[in-house]
Order: sequence, then structure tokens, then C-alpha cells
Amino acid sequence: MTLIDHQTWQAAVADLTAGSSVFVAIWAERNADAAIVHLAGRHRGAASVEVLSLATSSLHYPSVGLHHPAAILMERAIQDIHGLTADGLPDTRPWLDHGTWPHSRPVVPYPFKPVTGEGVHQIPVGPVHAGTIEPGHFRFSVNGETIVGLEARLGYTHKGTLDLMRGKAPDQAARLAGRVSGDSTVAYTFAFCRAVEQAMGVDVPPRAASLRGIMAELERLANHFGDFGAICNDSGFPLINAHGGVLRERVLRLAASAFGHRLMMDCIVPGGVAVDLTADSARTMTASLPDLLVQFERLVELYDKTASLQDRVVTAGWLDPLLARRLGCGGYVGRASGQDFDARRDLQYAPYDRLTLAVPCLDAGDVDARVRVRMAEIRQSVALILELLGTLADGELRAVLPDGVAASTGSAVVEGFRGDIFAHARTSEGLIAEVFLRDPSWFFWPALEAAIEGNIVADFPLCNKSFNASYSGCDL
Amino acid sequence: MRKLLIESVFRGKLTEPPPIVSDGEKAALVADLDRVAQRRLGRSLAIREVDAGSCNGCELEIIALTNALYDLERFGLKFVASPRHADVLMVTGPVTRNMEAALRLTYEAMPAPKFVVAVGDCACTGGLFAESPVCVGTVEQILPIDLRIPGCPPDPVALLKGLISLIG
Repeated sequence: MTLIDHQTWQAAVADLTAGSSVFVAIWAERNADAAIVHLAGRHRGAASVEVLSLATSSLHYPSVGLHHPAAILMERAIQDIHGLTADGLPDTRPWLDHGTWPHSRPVVPYPFKPVTGEGVHQIPVGPVHAGTIEPGHFRFSVNGETIVGLEARLGYTHKGTLDLMRGKAPDQAARLAGRVSGDSTVAYTFAFCRAVEQAMGVDVPPRAASLRGIMAELERLANHFGDFGAICNDSGFPLINAHGGVLRERVLRLAASAFGHRLMMDCIVPGGVAVDLTADSARTMTASLPDLLVQFERLVELYDKTASLQDRVVTAGWLDPLLARRLGCGGYVGRASGQDFDARRDLQYAPYDRLTLAVPCLDAGDVDARVRVRMAEIRQSVALILELLGTLADGELRAVLPDGVAASTGSAVVEGFRGDIFAHARTSEGLIAEVFLRDPSWFFWPALEAAIEGNIVADFPLCNKSFNASYSGCDL
Repeated sequence: MRKLLIESVFRGKLTEPPPIVSDGEKAALVADLDRVAQRRLGRSLAIREVDAGSCNGCELEIIALTNALYDLERFGLKFVASPRHADVLMVTGPVTRNMEAALRLTYEAMPAPKFVVAVGDCACTGGLFAESPVCVGTVEQILPIDLRIPGCPPDPVALLKGLISLIG
């Protein structure tokens, strides 16, 4: 880890503000009265993420959020977890700290941003929602049926995951990484393990890399199938949900029979993978996936030809491409609003470095565009899995991690189903000394708050589902 | 009339002691009633799910219960939006300190009698988060538990088995 001076820090922040680089993450580590703040960014067009580290002995650091709002939520989290002050941070309300921890700051009622105007009233929703979903609070300010403002308040699922990972052996820490957001367990373990492997200088065997790719694409398929149905369900069209649920289930059963776990939890381990794919399972997968795609295309046709459904999804929940760019939205949210970025193509990593990938990118920015990006990705994922299966090399499943090596850091970005997941790890004497995992949802929540403005309350579930941001993923 | 009333007061009561029902007769009557009630009302439980800090893995498998392959509703089990309509509180996650109050309120909002089901390793034992200072650890530390369905996450078949045992 190389420390930088304030001038270099400010220059990096200026790059973020100017838009020549994309904000990735900000996090901190604290040791008594000293702290180090890490800022990760990616120059547009660059093939890697750069991490800058600034030491502070005063527990203060210059706020990034002051100049680049995408960093505000993470700086509020740093304030709650580490007690550091971001000088100039425009919003200093607690974020993860709800006043319930042994080390909480003094409790005050959470001050929601005031929304005033004739006829404006508020609808508080959550943390317990009507459906089977994660907990979070939404404060709607509405005028009649129209939403004039939404403020999300999260932190309800904060488990102290990163803190639990510190001091653990890489294998144990990887299990925790796999439980940051269960729907992305493969992507998280993939990202975390790559960061650890880079830190420890380990090369993953080719067969393991391919199996990781197959798992990651199966995860993407399962989530895209399920969410396609769920979005249609929230539009009042449950038929596609019924079929989407079945397609998702078929993928999960393929995963269970091939890798022993429906969500493939703990199948990726530092150094490689924990389970092999038998020739039988590979044949089953090769035979089943094209069939799933045939069934899927019938649903796409139904989606296209149902006017009542199109009426709900087209123009609903519009995310301005300019805002998507400023926030650095990745995944289907970014790609539906003109952000042509996919970590698999742009920050190449095994096994995608030897595959060709056509990244769907649309400009419409509405619910429909987010659905269509996912549709294209479903077809692509099937093609990728078939190609990986067809070229699967024999060989080792796992490289041995060296123990007792000196402290070193590694970072990685993996394209999960939701978007790019960033992982950073420092290992020391074979243990995880420091770790940070950044979910794409950190940028989806502020994007959703903006996109929902002007929509009617009844369209919130639909718009929300089209973003499908993770709660646990950014509560950590 | 006054005379009649006074006589009635001093004569003691006319009501005879209740008939003695043998245990066998009682059991037969209860069984009859059960049959009629089941035919008319069926067996049905309304479930309110609360994520008390899970990673969302358990939620994915709980949602899968409603897909066409598992079809939870054929067993008379269905998810409801309000705790006021629920017989069963299904809880996932290691109960983060930030969700403790909301979990208690949800439980209190349910009419009695009610079941509490802890779903997943986190809810049952705290799982990988048992040592976290910002988690309570288990659902049992907050609410009385009637059933545990362990697993990380439990698959839909394990969930179904547990839930079917509730309606016996």
C-alpha cells in the first residue's frame, strides 16, 4: 500500500468531478487515533481500478462527497463505523448507525429531508414491507398520486460483515463474502477470492477459472429469469412471473445437481473452486440450457405483444443517462441509461478474457430498457456457458495459497448479475488484515430516488423491482 | 310473586349437576367436531415473513415456495402482507440490532395464537454472524420459537417439510 499526499487526493477527486474517472468506492480503516482512507476509482477507458490511500492522524479527511455526490452514502457509513469526519460532507446524518449498537452515537430521531408545498403529504413504508423482501424504510412525499420525492433509509441489515472478515483465514472470510448479498453469492466470492489471490500472488488453474465463469453465468441467468417475471408481476401481469419462476427454478436445480448447492454458496474458494463439474452434469447443462432459452423467447414475445404490460413499463421510472453517468451506475441500470460498461469486457478477467462479449447498451432509461438489457444478457449468458462447457480444460481445481507471506494488497472487479462488484483485500501472515466489498446498489439507491420522481405511488414496486438494489449488499 | 321469589331463594337450586362424559365419549365428540371443522374451514395458515437481517438468500428460497413447482398455497399456506392477518411469523437473519425493534413490533401486531418459525442458520443459531456485536444472534433471544428450519439457506423442500409439520 502506497500512501499519497493531499494534493494527489484532491487531483483524483477533481478527476471524478470532471467525469474523466469513475468513482468506485471509498472506505477506511482505523487504528486508535490514526486512520487511512482509501479511494478507488477507474479512469474512463482504463482496464483497471486504482486505489489511493490517504493517512490521517486527526480522524479528519477531505470529503469526496462534497465534490462528487456519489460518495456521500459511503462517507456517512465511514462516519458511523469508524468515527471519521469527512470535512465538508454535505450530509452528516447517520446512515448505518440507528442508535442500537453498543457503540452507537447518541440517538436522535432520523431527520428526513423536508419536502414542503401545498397538498404534499408523506407515506412512510417499512422497514417491514408487504412482500417477502429485505428490510428498509422508504419515505414518500406525494402530491395526490404523484411522487414528488423519495428518500430511502437503509442500514437495517447491517451485520458488521467486514469486521467479522478481518483476522480470519481466507477460506472463512470467503464464506462471509458469499453472504454479503445472497443473490450474488457467486459474484461476491468470485470478487473476494480474486482480490485475495492477487494479494497472495496465486494463479487460479484454467479449469477452476472456467467453472467460476459457468457458476457466475448460472447465477446471472437465475436472477434475470426470476426478476423478469417479478417485474411483470409488479406490472399486474402475473403470467410471465409464473413462467419466469419456473425458469429460475430450473436453473437453480441445474446448479444444485452440478455443484451441490442451488445458489452455489461456498463453491468458489480462494485459489480455485471447491467442487468439480462431472461430465454427466456438463452434458445435462448443455442439453437443458437451449431448451430454457426456447421457453424464455416465448415469454419475450408475450412481453412484446401485451399492450397493457408495455403501457406500464415504457417510460416508467426513467433514469437520466447523465445522472447514471455521474453516479457511476453499472449493471443493467447503467446499461439501460447509456453507460456502456461491463467489467467482463472492460476489466477483463479469467475466464472472460478469452471470450467475446457483446454488451447490450440502451438509452431509454426506463423500466422497459432495464428489462431489455436483461433479456439480451440472458441470451448472452447461455452462449457463454455453452462456450465455457465446450472448451472446459482438464486439470487442477485449486491452487495452494502460500502462508506466512508479507503483507500485500489485491483488488478485483467482478460483473455480478446486478453490476460490477468491487473487492479489495490486504493479507498479512496468511490472514485477511483488511477488506472492503462494494455492491453496485450503493449507486442504485440514489438513482432510484431520482428516477421515481413524477411517477405514481402505484408504480413504485414496478420501478423498484426494475432496479432491484440489494439492501444487505450495501448495509454490510 | 314476592312469596314465590323468596321461596325460590331459600329452596336451593333446581339445576342438576352436569352429566359425566367418559373420556372415550369425549374423544369421539372432539373427533366429530374436528372432522366438521376441517371440512368447513380446511387447514390454513397465513404467514408473515420478516427479514431480520438476512443476506437475502433465505428470501430467495422462501419466494421459490410460491413458484409453480412447489405451489405452497395448495397446502393452505399463504403469505400475507400484514401481521394483523398472520398466524405464522417466519423470521430470517441473525436479528441485527437495527431490526430488533421492528421484529418485536411485527410479532406484537399479530393476533394470538401465533407460531414463530426461525428460518435458516442465521435465525436458528446466528450462523456466521453469531459473534457480531451488532447482531442479537438468534431469533429465540427475542421471541418464543415454535419451529426451526436450518440451512444456509434451507431449500424449498426443507421449508415445505417444516411448514407442513405446522399444519400437522
